[in-house]
Amino acid sequence: MVDVQAHLPVLIVTVPLIGGILTIATGRGWKPWAWATFLTGTVFYFTIRLMMQVLASKTGMVSYELGNWPRQWGIEYRVDALNAFILLIVGGVGFITTIYAKLSVEKEIPADRVNFFYAVWVLAITGLLGITVTGDAFNVYVLLEISSLTVYALIAMGKDMHRGALTASLRYLILGSVGASFILLGIGYLMMITGTLNMQDMHDRLMSVPGILESRTVLVAFAFLLAGLGMKMAMFPLHMWLPRAYTYAPSAVSALLAATATKVGVYMAFRFLFTIFGVGFSFGMMPSGLVLLLCASAGILVTGVTAIRQTNLKRMLAYSSVGQLGYIVLGFALANLHGIAGSVAHIFNHAVMKGGMFMALGAVVYRTGRCDIRSVRGLGKQMPLTLAAFTVGGLGLIGFPLTAGFISKWYLVQGCLERPGGWPLAAVVLIGSLLAVVYTWRVVEAAYFQEPDPGTPPVEEAPLMMLIPMWTLIGASIYFGINATFTGHIALTAARSLLGGAP
Amino acid sequence: MTFDLSPPLLAIYIPLIGALLIALAGRWANLREGITLGTAAALFYTVIGIVPRVLAPDFWAGYAKAPPLRLIEVVPNVFLELKVEPLGMIFALIASALWILNSLYSIGYMRGNQERHQTRFYVCFALAISSVMGLAFAGNLFTLFVFYEMLTLTTYPLVAHKGTAEALRSARTYLGILVVTSVCFLLAGIIATYAYTHDLSFKPGGVFTKALASGELSAPVLGTLFLLYMYGIGKAALMPMHRWLPAAMVAPTPVSALLHAVAVVKAGVFTVVKVIVYTFGPLTLIKYHQGSWLIYVAGATILIASFIALFQDNLKRRLAYSTVSQLSYVIIAAALLSPISIMAAALHIAAHAFGKITLFFAAGSIYTAAHKTEVSQLDGIGRRMPFTMGAFTIGALSMIGLPPTAGFISKWYLLTAAWETEYAFVVGVIILSTLLNAGYFLPIIYRAFFRPSPRAANPGRHASSTDGLFGDEDDHSHAHGHHGEHGEAPWPMVLALCCTAAATIAFFFYSDLAIDLATQLRKGLLP
Repeated sequence: MVDVQAHLPVLIVTVPLIGGILTIATGRGWKPWAWATFLTGTVFYFTIRLMMQVLASKTGMVSYELGNWPRQWGIEYRVDALNAFILLIVGGVGFITTIYAKLSVEKEIPADRVNFFYAVWVLAITGLLGITVTGDAFNVYVLLEISSLTVYALIAMGKDMHRGALTASLRYLILGSVGASFILLGIGYLMMITGTLNMQDMHDRLMSVPGILESRTVLVAFAFLLAGLGMKMAMFPLHMWLPRAYTYAPSAVSALLAATATKVGVYMAFRFLFTIFGVGFSFGMMPSGLVLLLCASAGILVTGVTAIRQTNLKRMLAYSSVGQLGYIVLGFALANLHGIAGSVAHIFNHAVMKGGMFMALGAVVYRTGRCDIRSVRGLGKQMPLTLAAFTVGGLGLIGFPLTAGFISKWYLVQGCLERPGGWPLAAVVLIGSLLAVVYTWRVVEAAYFQEPDPGTPPVEEAPLMMLIPMWTLIGASIYFGINATFTGHIALTAARSLLGGAP
Repeated sequence: MTFDLSPPLLAIYIPLIGALLIALAGRWANLREGITLGTAAALFYTVIGIVPRVLAPDFWAGYAKAPPLRLIEVVPNVFLELKVEPLGMIFALIASALWILNSLYSIGYMRGNQERHQTRFYVCFALAISSVMGLAFAGNLFTLFVFYEMLTLTTYPLVAHKGTAEALRSARTYLGILVVTSVCFLLAGIIATYAYTHDLSFKPGGVFTKALASGELSAPVLGTLFLLYMYGIGKAALMPMHRWLPAAMVAPTPVSALLHAVAVVKAGVFTVVKVIVYTFGPLTLIKYHQGSWLIYVAGATILIASFIALFQDNLKRRLAYSTVSQLSYVIIAAALLSPISIMAAALHIAAHAFGKITLFFAAGSIYTAAHKTEVSQLDGIGRRMPFTMGAFTIGALSMIGLPPTAGFISKWYLLTAAWETEYAFVVGVIILSTLLNAGYFLPIIYRAFFRPSPRAANPGRHASSTDGLFGDEDDHSHAHGHHGEHGEAPWPMVLALCCTAAATIAFFFYSDLAIDLATQLRKGLLP
């Protein structure tokens, strides 16, 4: 019997990687879905076990050397509080959205492609998990490509397969490849100068060799990485691929991507900026703190305004996602304890809120076939649970007290105030939530206080198969808004270790 | 998480459970209204039960040591917690007592006007009251903020109730101003307070003394924080943040009566007083010379709002501006920072409530019986609706501050405080505002009782008085009656407004409880 506990870090990647490919062989109908659910459920279980293992370990970290090769030669998987937390998010949301996907996929994906869809779906989740679990810079790139290529395919399977989805996917393919090449170049330069691909070793050498940090190679690597990561995590103004991609992707894919894909991009930024380069270089020697703060603030404000002007609700949420990502970037760019804690907490909080909201919209699409602002008129009565989920999720985006969004904001504003002269940033965070009020409230008003357009046939509440996953995420956003000691503890632990430099 | 059912917690749970039951009983109107009344009564009983605890002579001796009732740790070191103190006690008493009468009145109003979505109305109402209880018993600023926002959220559906374009627009203004102020200023102030002091609890004397003494916090920053709080509390309707209140008048009258004359606006001024007394501490503000601007802004708000009220023809809007001005009485009293003025602020929170709810009840009953909304339509209406207009007169006298009404008591304390602190400006404002109050209320009374009713001049629609109460005949569609055909409003409404009018007078003669509580509050201020 294999000792599962000892091999958790690698099982998280290998099980869905092999299983995902096997999905193609599961045939038609419900079987691919059941298999994918089984795989993601298993992965979710592994991520929980791994989280417990990390919390229990004395060093606060679990290291796993692939094939027992020492880390200088082989690949090291290295899990601390931060990536255990991200793994938990990806695993959990991945599992829940897979359950949710069944009905919406049946409706939006041609029946003969369902097995391919789930194969690609599981591989996308695998890639995201892999990026998060690994401690090897080149391995990050490989898994990044796995997740990117599969995500392009997922987006292209959107409902309007012949129109928006294909161009959206192509646009993402181009921009995503540019971003990935930048990252690859950055990693390549780093390897040139440090002679290693292991993140921890890279960091040690950058810190120990005198004068290395001033070398052109390191500076160029840093610039390439920052730009590439900005593209991958859809940081304003490098977010151009995201709104279309989320708008035209199948509903379940939008939910999955919004909750996990960009978050993993942010995680990579954490690793590169804090773990490899170290906070002293990234935010002391380089002006990246200022650049990121400016981009984030502009992103929060501009995309908030843009979101208000959208009539397509999926697109509205997509813009809102870019804005919310601005909060996450703003938090870690503050480079102080509460800022980073707010950032880490918001990765989780935003994942559950936005995932739940995209699921609610998916249910609206499932019932009405549309998702523009007119189509939700009067739906508050016809689909009360779905619209209630959307509303609660929206309250979270606003940062209403007792929702998860409030917790992130609490830390973020504290972080802003801790930074000397940081009060305009606090103002940006607060104004951003006001913009969220406006775009969320348009939907609330339409759903609860307006009558449906005459001639639209009445619709039923969404099926339970959609409601349960939706409310699981929304329920989590309430639970972790009322009792945020768990997320708060993890976020503060992660923030401390990032500021300390070592993973 | 605690499941300890101590009374303050129970006071939050009772309306919550009530809301749930009301939602479940939505189909059976009589049962639903029965639950509302029962919940209101149970709540009042619970709140009354807390009073002796607060009035205990050694209350303040044990206050600092008594642990708050901690419900849950939301963020590490920040708790959702409850703690009872005299000011919150006054507020909770008023809100829970008037909820009973208001529920009675709502039944008459909602059925008499055949409003739609009645279940949603009662559910949101109960939820709003639950938030008010949480606000009144909040044990720290964080908890206060949580319930403050819940109150905004739960009252929004009540303002948007009609769903018309106008109602939605007004509700947007309502939500917009309240959320903007609370998120941009109040929340910022609270987080800054936490950053400086790591203490959000309510302490007589304030939480800033240590940070100020150590030089960590300078006087100008303290002043900025004070500004953030005062304008962050949008519900107090300090000008220019008052616009939401007239906008909220689009709501059904019971909402205007209880929420926008008592619960929501009082939540605002209650928070102002609470923050001045327990977060800043009057002595700290005096020592560092901060916050005296509030006297002038509140004074200006009193006068400007009264002045605007003079020109409002819509009765509810006139009352709304009167509320804006009366709220600033409380703020100006609190801003005087003397023990007696803090008493005046607490008393005015109570005293204004009875008079203003009576006035709104009267306005709603005129609307229900005669379908009149404008002051200029009220000629001679006093003879057709003697109870309503009689009660209106008592309410108006209380607003002006004449004996024997509730308004006199608080005005007495306020004037005493103004003389003691030697603020001639405040004395002047009170005198001028009294004149203005008389100027916009007395003409209504004169019209109602002494002008002849116009003969068939007004083909307004009307409901056929009391028999329309249980909604069994649809008299809206075909009623084209004349002015002369209506009588009093449905009996639950008349009963409710007579009760509040009686309470307005009774408060003058039996104000012991309120004064005792206010005195207890004052004792806490003295070191």
